[in-house]
Amino acid sequence: MEWVNDHWGDIFALARSHVWLAGLPLVLGLLIALPLGWAARRWSRLYPVLISASGLLYTIPSLALFVLMPLILGTRVLDRANVVVAMTIYTVALLVRTVADGLGSVPEATLQAARAMGYKGLRRFFGVELPLAVPVIAAGLRVAAVSNVSIVSVASLIGVSQLGNLLTDGYDRFITAEIVAGIVACVVLALLFDGLILLGQRLLTPWVRAQGGRA
Amino acid sequence: MIRFDGVTKKYPDGTVAVDDLSLTAPTGKITVLVGPSGCGKTTSLRMINRMIEPTSGLISLDGQDTGRMNEAQLRRGIGYVIQHAGLFPHRTVVDNVGTVPRLLGWDKKETLERSRELLDRVGLAPELADRYPSQLSGGQQQRVGVARALAADPPVMLMDEPFSAVDPVVRDQLQDVFLDLQSELGKTIVFVTHDIDEAIKLGDQVAVLRVGGKLAQISDPAYLLAHPVDDFVADFVGRDRGYRSLQFQPAPKLPLTSERTLLLGESTAGVSGDWVLVVDDSHRPLGWVEPARVSGEVTSEHLHRGGTVARASGSLRGALDAALSSPSRRGVVVDDEGELVGTVRAHEVLSLIEATDRPDEDRADAFAEEGA
Repeated sequence: MEWVNDHWGDIFALARSHVWLAGLPLVLGLLIALPLGWAARRWSRLYPVLISASGLLYTIPSLALFVLMPLILGTRVLDRANVVVAMTIYTVALLVRTVADGLGSVPEATLQAARAMGYKGLRRFFGVELPLAVPVIAAGLRVAAVSNVSIVSVASLIGVSQLGNLLTDGYDRFITAEIVAGIVACVVLALLFDGLILLGQRLLTPWVRAQGGRA
Repeated sequence: MIRFDGVTKKYPDGTVAVDDLSLTAPTGKITVLVGPSGCGKTTSLRMINRMIEPTSGLISLDGQDTGRMNEAQLRRGIGYVIQHAGLFPHRTVVDNVGTVPRLLGWDKKETLERSRELLDRVGLAPELADRYPSQLSGGQQQRVGVARALAADPPVMLMDEPFSAVDPVVRDQLQDVFLDLQSELGKTIVFVTHDIDEAIKLGDQVAVLRVGGKLAQISDPAYLLAHPVDDFVADFVGRDRGYRSLQFQPAPKLPLTSERTLLLGESTAGVSGDWVLVVDDSHRPLGWVEPARVSGEVTSEHLHRGGTVARASGSLRGALDAALSSPSRRGVVVDDEGELVGTVRAHEVLSLIEATDRPDEDRADAFAEEGA
């Protein structure tokens, strides 16, 4: 505890960096997964291809991906962009399926009614399909958020600092309090992300709770 | 006017859903497509707003080929109601109703006013406006579905088994609301159902389709019941078609007998006979009582309510049913205000029926020519 009291400033600075490295890819990943998931629904032959491809991406060890990034992107080794891009890839890998299944969960009768009323293209997507897919997408987003918070800590090994530094440093110097602080901070951050997404979902889907209210 | 001209829908696997269909749905009338499953009725309906494209043939709307019209614009001009209402679960009732007006670019206030007006028209309480569809009963959802289809006041409405998923009592109410609306609005309606009773109740014109998408017969309901064109149609319209066809025969002047009546609360002392009719202060019939079983005043518990009440201006079916269902065997007949005008016996109605002509052949020919 003494160690923690002496290092509040460091912990907050690392946490802030962690939020960026885990959070920004979550947003970028969702934006990329939306059209991909939509395409997987739209062309049924694309679905298995996209799902297996994204599944494969997720099996690449994070350390390998972090190390490969400078080679692929031509960035400097210590560039934070390496981590952001790698984490975005993981997020996309998790969310493509979620988005596709979320759009698939929209009732057929509703889609048909939308079509029959003259909804088309983007207006149908943003007006009817996407709002109804929010509960499923939000569930996937929560998984991705927690997974991102945990995976990002590996970035310490390539010299990009965030809460993972507390783990590596604590391990090197045998400071148990530092390791515990790192773990607790990661868990708190994961809970925070989770809570934010849940809040967002509730705000976006008042109709889901109305449904629960009747049952 | 919607017109099908030799319309065929053939799927890549070779199934023919609709086979060389030609018919006309006249402006301002309800045309019902009815038939067993697999007769292509829903496919035919969906070809009108191009949810499904015909393989060959022409569908025109007021003389314009729908195939050449802009899809979205065509659809926004056609109200569409489906079986489970297909409401948007994420929008409130009032927003659901305002869907098409918003798509057409009406402003918010205008749309809201129109939506509220329509909810009232279909008999939904204003406090339901801000609920979500999942908070409504099936019948209420279906009313919202009808209101939504009417929102932008489209001249044409397509209805695909809209009342099939609700219980019979609610279905009957919905049908009455619908007919009531239609008598005011006079839309050109194409209505799909598998229920011949519904077809006959709602249709100005009924088209019976057989499996494989061929038109078997098209005519007004009375003629259909009286002159089914072949065994398939005869079978489909059902066994009690003779009785049901009476509903299209307006009752001629009924030979009425006046009844000795009692007011509720009056004593039966001194009243003789098997059954006596009890009425309220406005002379509206309440039910029958057996004076012998009542000692003292007649209360509402004594009333036998089994008999139906026929309107003098109603159909022969109503008059006959009133006689058949009455415990006294005397059918109660009322005027348009619901006041008692007398009673009629079954044999009297039957002799009237025998004296009435059946719908004649010419009527069908008239439709056949229109449809050709």
